[in-house]
Amino acid sequence: MQRQVALIKQSLFDQGYLDEQFMELEELQDDANPNFVEEVSALYFKDSARLINNIDQALERGSFDFNRLDSYMHQFKGSSTSIGASKVKAECTKFREYCRAGNAEGCLRTFQQLKKEHSTLRKKLEHYFQLARQAGPKETARRPK
Amino acid sequence: MTREELPNLAESKLTALVVDDNFVNQSIHQKLLSRLGIQNDVVCNGKEAVDAHCSGRNYDLILMDMDMPIMNGTQATKRLREMGIESKIAGVTTRANEGEKKEFMEAGLNDFQEKPLTISKLLSILHKLDFYVQT
Repeated sequence: MQRQVALIKQSLFDQGYLDEQFMELEELQDDANPNFVEEVSALYFKDSARLINNIDQALERGSFDFNRLDSYMHQFKGSSTSIGASKVKAECTKFREYCRAGNAEGCLRTFQQLKKEHSTLRKKLEHYFQLARQAGPKETARRPK
Repeated sequence: MTREELPNLAESKLTALVVDDNFVNQSIHQKLLSRLGIQNDVVCNGKEAVDAHCSGRNYDLILMDMDMPIMNGTQATKRLREMGIESKIAGVTTRANEGEKKEFMEAGLNDFQEKPLTISKLLSILHKLDFYVQT
């Protein structure tokens, strides 16, 4: 089962969902906090759900306050960078570029893609952590090739 | 650096303050500090950092985010230096704009690192600020 967990993790990196930062977090896990990455991920998804809701409401209002939207997205990008959520981070960057260009349509389009990537990552990580818990603790965190 | 090679600075009794409005970053930065044996507190913005010092708390190291509500990192750093706080302050931010970085440094930082913070970057800060000698 450890092998299955390792393969799933490898695929998350190969498909670009996660980057090196995720491995940095896994290496912080110790006996005192064996589920640190899962806890931080849960915190991330809770915080990012709030930001998505704020942005959704701001976009639904119709009048685009690009400064406010950019501010929300700056926070979102920061969190995504910190946990290694690579694809989500890329969409955040695109959204901010559209904000700076004052491109409302670009913002709307990118935001839909961002929500999709966010949702996909959430499901994949939930699956990964569930299997990792079943497999039990591993001796060391290994970097994917 | 493997887990086994990480220095344990608990004996040095270093203390640190994490100043960041983002809960994910707070959690990660606190964990990084704890892994190195550094006792730490956390506040959510620059004003809380200033208030903490006004109430008599003091730290060897402050990890200061730049973009925060109420009082940002640049303003908080300036204020702390005006108060005579001599703690080492390391700016930690995602902003790479040279102008903003320069302004942040000139506010009174001792060092600067781009997020995301990692063990290597934190050790680099500690080494540069003479808290840790690399062997």
